[in-house]
Amino acid sequence: MIHSLFLINSSGDIFLEKHWKSVVSRSVCDYFFEAQERATEAENVPPVISTPHHYLLSVYRHKIFFVAVIQTEVPPLFVIEFLHRVVDTFQDYFGVCSEPVIKDNVVVVYEVLEEMLDNGFPLATESNILKELIKPPTILRTVVNTITGSTNVGDQLPTGQLSVVPWRRTGVKYTNNEAYFDVIEEIDAIIDKSGSTVTAEIQGVIDACVKLTGMPDLTLSFMNPRLLDDVSFHPCVRFKRWESERILSFIPPDGNFRLLSYHVSAQNLVAIPVYVKHNISFRDSSSLGRFEITVGPKQTMGKSIEGVTVSSQMPRGVLSMNLTPSQGTHTFDPVTKMLSWDVGKINPQKLPSLKGTMSLQAGASKPDENPTINLQFKIQQLAISGLKVNRLDMYGEKYKPFKGIKYMTKAGKFQVRT
Amino acid sequence: MTDSKYFTTTKKGEIFELKAELNSDKKEKKKEAVKKVIASMTVGKDVSALFPDVVNCMQTDNLELKKLVYLYLMNYAKSQPDMAIMAVNTFVKDCEDPNPLIRALAVRTMGCIRVDKITEYLCEPLRKCLKDEDPYVRKTAAVCVAKLHDINAQLVEDQGFLDTLKDLISDSNPMVVANAVAALSEIAESHPSSNLLDLNPQSINKLLTALNECTEWGQIFILDCLANYTPKDDREAQSICERVTPRLSHANSAVVLSAVKVLMKFMEMLSKDLDYYGTLLKKLAPPLVTLLSAEPELQYVALRNINLIVQKRPEILKHEMKVFFVKYNDPIYVKLEKLDIMIRLASQANIAQVLAELKEYATEVDVDFVRKAVRAIGRCAIKVEQSAERCVSTLLDLIQTKVNYVVQEAIVVIKDIFRKYPNKYESVIATLCENLDSLDEPEARAAMIWIVGEYAERIDNADELLESFLEGFHDESTQVQLQLLTAIVKLFLKKPTETQELVQQVLSLATQDSDNPDLRDRGYIYWRLLSTDPVAAKEVVLAEKPLISEETDLIEPTLLDELICYIGTLASVYHKPPSAFVEGGRGVVHKSLPPRTASSESTESPETAPAGAPPGEQLDVIPTQGDLLGDLLNLDLGPPVSGPPLATSSVQMGAVDLLGSGLDSLIGASNFVSPPAAAVPANLGAPMGSGLSDLFDLTSGVGTLSGSYVAPKAVWLPAMKAKGLEISGTFTRQVGSISMDLQLTNKALQVMTDFAIQFNRNSFGLAPAAPLQVHAPLSPNQTVEISLPLNTVGSVMKMEPLNNLQVAVKNNIDVFYFSTLYPLHILFVEDGKMDRQMFLATWKDIPNENEAQFQIRDCPLNAEAVSSRLQSSNIFTIAKRNVEGQDMLYQSLKLTNGIWVLAELRIQPGNPSFMLSLKCRAPEVSQHVYQAYETILKN
Repeated sequence: MIHSLFLINSSGDIFLEKHWKSVVSRSVCDYFFEAQERATEAENVPPVISTPHHYLLSVYRHKIFFVAVIQTEVPPLFVIEFLHRVVDTFQDYFGVCSEPVIKDNVVVVYEVLEEMLDNGFPLATESNILKELIKPPTILRTVVNTITGSTNVGDQLPTGQLSVVPWRRTGVKYTNNEAYFDVIEEIDAIIDKSGSTVTAEIQGVIDACVKLTGMPDLTLSFMNPRLLDDVSFHPCVRFKRWESERILSFIPPDGNFRLLSYHVSAQNLVAIPVYVKHNISFRDSSSLGRFEITVGPKQTMGKSIEGVTVSSQMPRGVLSMNLTPSQGTHTFDPVTKMLSWDVGKINPQKLPSLKGTMSLQAGASKPDENPTINLQFKIQQLAISGLKVNRLDMYGEKYKPFKGIKYMTKAGKFQVRT
Repeated sequence: MTDSKYFTTTKKGEIFELKAELNSDKKEKKKEAVKKVIASMTVGKDVSALFPDVVNCMQTDNLELKKLVYLYLMNYAKSQPDMAIMAVNTFVKDCEDPNPLIRALAVRTMGCIRVDKITEYLCEPLRKCLKDEDPYVRKTAAVCVAKLHDINAQLVEDQGFLDTLKDLISDSNPMVVANAVAALSEIAESHPSSNLLDLNPQSINKLLTALNECTEWGQIFILDCLANYTPKDDREAQSICERVTPRLSHANSAVVLSAVKVLMKFMEMLSKDLDYYGTLLKKLAPPLVTLLSAEPELQYVALRNINLIVQKRPEILKHEMKVFFVKYNDPIYVKLEKLDIMIRLASQANIAQVLAELKEYATEVDVDFVRKAVRAIGRCAIKVEQSAERCVSTLLDLIQTKVNYVVQEAIVVIKDIFRKYPNKYESVIATLCENLDSLDEPEARAAMIWIVGEYAERIDNADELLESFLEGFHDESTQVQLQLLTAIVKLFLKKPTETQELVQQVLSLATQDSDNPDLRDRGYIYWRLLSTDPVAAKEVVLAEKPLISEETDLIEPTLLDELICYIGTLASVYHKPPSAFVEGGRGVVHKSLPPRTASSESTESPETAPAGAPPGEQLDVIPTQGDLLGDLLNLDLGPPVSGPPLATSSVQMGAVDLLGSGLDSLIGASNFVSPPAAAVPANLGAPMGSGLSDLFDLTSGVGTLSGSYVAPKAVWLPAMKAKGLEISGTFTRQVGSISMDLQLTNKALQVMTDFAIQFNRNSFGLAPAAPLQVHAPLSPNQTVEISLPLNTVGSVMKMEPLNNLQVAVKNNIDVFYFSTLYPLHILFVEDGKMDRQMFLATWKDIPNENEAQFQIRDCPLNAEAVSSRLQSSNIFTIAKRNVEGQDMLYQSLKLTNGIWVLAELRIQPGNPSFMLSLKCRAPEVSQHVYQAYETILKN
């Protein structure tokens, strides 16, 4: 099982280590540093590294490497999933996950890590339960603790851990009972030069914020459940009921949680809400190149496209760019060669465009590679797959809760090749 | 106020300050101090000096303080075992606390303190906690058993904790079940032979019930455990599959992959005609696709596993090609894996899309990725015949880009395409030749040279091109040199008139000026071939080459089947069986897919997996060599001449093995092949020593003494095969010397004289210690008995089988070859008795997978008799033990080359079958040692 954990910052310092079994010398990380040196960028460090006596499995998030050390055959996905869970927990506890924040809260971090694993076996990884065991630091509590000398460790057995619904604590009380669901869809797409779709798929999630008194039992049904043929559920969802009736039936955890994530595959026709017209050309003879991009709406079901940003990694030969946007602001970093254009909202009457010239290194041959354009956007009040919630019912409690459903579509990895 | 302040105190007096604070009366100050200590500990500072002061803080009702002290204890107890004892009382008391959280915490912490004195005190509280009324405590205790086992395995067994743990599998609480399974799995890993997880339909049912209710991590443990079960028939397999399928919709990717493993394994048992089989195949695709939308690290592991899955069952993902298309900002390790899978999924239906993508990738920035993409285009051409033309034109387009590394990769793959589709795309050669100058990588240069040589007749200036490479011959890598040599020889055979000079130049470069034996040998071969028989040379060098196989780098099927059982593990990431890399190799049990045991009639069976798993890689103590026959010719027997056989002009034929197995049949027919000495350039082949020179020293060595067992003589060379000479013989070992007892009979009509003998190199370096001495000419129908002393200082080459000995005997008529197997016990040396302590240590030290077990049947002897009989053949009994009525003999023996073999012989009085376990660092000898045992005991 998981033997040890090292946290390493981007400059290669180990700033935290935790051992769940015997102590593993931090020199084991030298193998990791070697791999880090070989990889050009932090993102490219391989996640599984073998050393003579151990295996190092790592994830890279928030500019920190979380490196787990294992000694025996352990499912690597188990380790990597756990590491991501650690990061999520830190984020949940401290709002952000960064080196200074972890150092500021080192004792809490240590206590949390101790609770999450026992001898390398996962113990409590639900943030609901962890927070009952170890209270997250708040400014108020720190002040109060300092004055009264009370602690931020709960001295009660976390009730949820033993009940049949381990994800929910008992005795929850709210004055305003509310349940909100966000249907968020991300489009991953590759569009080729001519504007036709190479591949497009949708990653959707339903995130919930449920603050309901007692032990409510909810059912959620959809207008078109047929869309959901590839789904992953929160453990609270009753799978049998879904299989037979295509209804989500569950006793929700308290607070924020991800009820369901789903995948609409490339085989279904995925509507692409934006198009990009581009003309990026280099000439052999001259050291100037032309650059022109226009962004416009395509299939948006009448909704407007907001928060559009365009970014592109320009070829190394490009020295500078002289561009004029019709709206928004743009920057070009001559060191990283990253062009980004913050467009904002698309007005269908007057399409935003960015035009101008690029100057190339004098005398250099024209670049071999074509830049790929990365697109970010948001569309409120629309789930691009067409998924719609039919109704939400509550059983088991007498009060009438507030209910709300929100839809949103975003760009995930949305790439246009030129 | 944040904790970072704890990091700032780096002053010298820090420890003293902390000590003072820890002993403060104020609770708050104490806690702050402990926090500071912990913070120092986390960043790797040594605060062990504060041990007694921190332990003093343990007696508190403040839960946070208690936990902090526990954290500290776990870290430092090991270095301060005597002090740690101070904490025991508190632990024992806490294990009785009314609050289950505290009970669990205490037992959990005690388990983490790896100090023997503390573990002794742990047993009683642990026993109570394993039966605690509170499931939270029970599940914590279950893990604690695994911890304890890690510290002191014997203690756990003696205390009966393993049985209690097994009982917990039937616990009412699913979390307890999951933890018990996890603990047992971990313990089982260090005890591969023990049958801890005894899976039967009842326990499987319990696990499946718990599976639905326990946490995600528990589900992983249970699924991994289920995967080790073999259902008794396809109905049971199907019902397990049905109950596991819902796990495919879990949000945790590790759960999904473990479920995939169970399904992939049990599917093997289902008949393909079943509707359910098809349903299951369909259900497997979406979760695998979903894994690819996770974080890149998860994607990587998923992709490595998908790579296995598509090789085993390509139908699952055949429609999902698009999800493997590469995004430009994927990490490089994801990109390369995706590319691999794209090629595996490429088929006639989707090849157009794939090619368009690959071409796109070939213009990316990352050099490694671009190279692999170009190579992938070539692999597509070879895999999908219909696409070959399109692939070639795509490659030509890429060559036009003139990007150096793209061009080089393209040329390497075009060479492969030529080998797959000969005489089809040669029109592109002209384009390739244009890029000759830009090639700077050995592989590309070698490929280009191969193309020029292979198609020399179609390239007008082939000689010029090759000559240009020849200029810097010595600076080229071996790969290029070899290729250039072959290409020029090909050219010469095709256009002999213009290129004579060139070929001589290259041959002399290769044979005279090169230090590389491969190159030299190949040079000589060509030289000899060309100078003796140009027609034969043409047949050999320009022979039709076999087409290259359809798909490259597929995993070998038996390995693939084994790896399928390891889906989701490190083995699946490395594509190697765990035995190949898991630390120390302990606890490795080979897994194999279950055979399809159909309760319903099913007609097809070719898909059934072989039950036996491939043996893991074993270390060779004896150097292997590819070609055995080449070596026989190494014997310096002269050409067959009558008269004095002193072959002074004999020649070392170092390169003969290049001619390969053609000689096989010749030798089988016992024809002597005369080495083409005439063709050898004068500068090679120093005359070799003297096997035959002192042929006339005559001594007689006859006589059998008591000693190790001697088998009766057997006919080794029948008269028919040796022009009337019949040889029979056996091997003996007496007082440390080995000899070969021969009986030569002349069944021909003429007198035989001038006997000589030579051995080929063999596994243990057996060689004649003296020449073969036959006193007088052997007249027709006469028989002579000779004992030939042997030594083991000859040259060594691993033989198959290990104890194979190839012998050449010569007389005035001809040279005859035969091979025989010698019993291994002639190699058991007299000082093979190992010291007892040494034996114990060595036995433990040799990894378990080197142990081989055999059964010796129908041996009526008792332990004493066995022991003394073995002793006379130099197998020494070191210790004897009587366990439950069985006699256990511990024995050792040593081979002439210093390999020790340790044996455990189990004899049950009244039972004529013995169990023999052999352990040896060179496991390949075990089989033969066993045979030696058989022979000695039964004769």
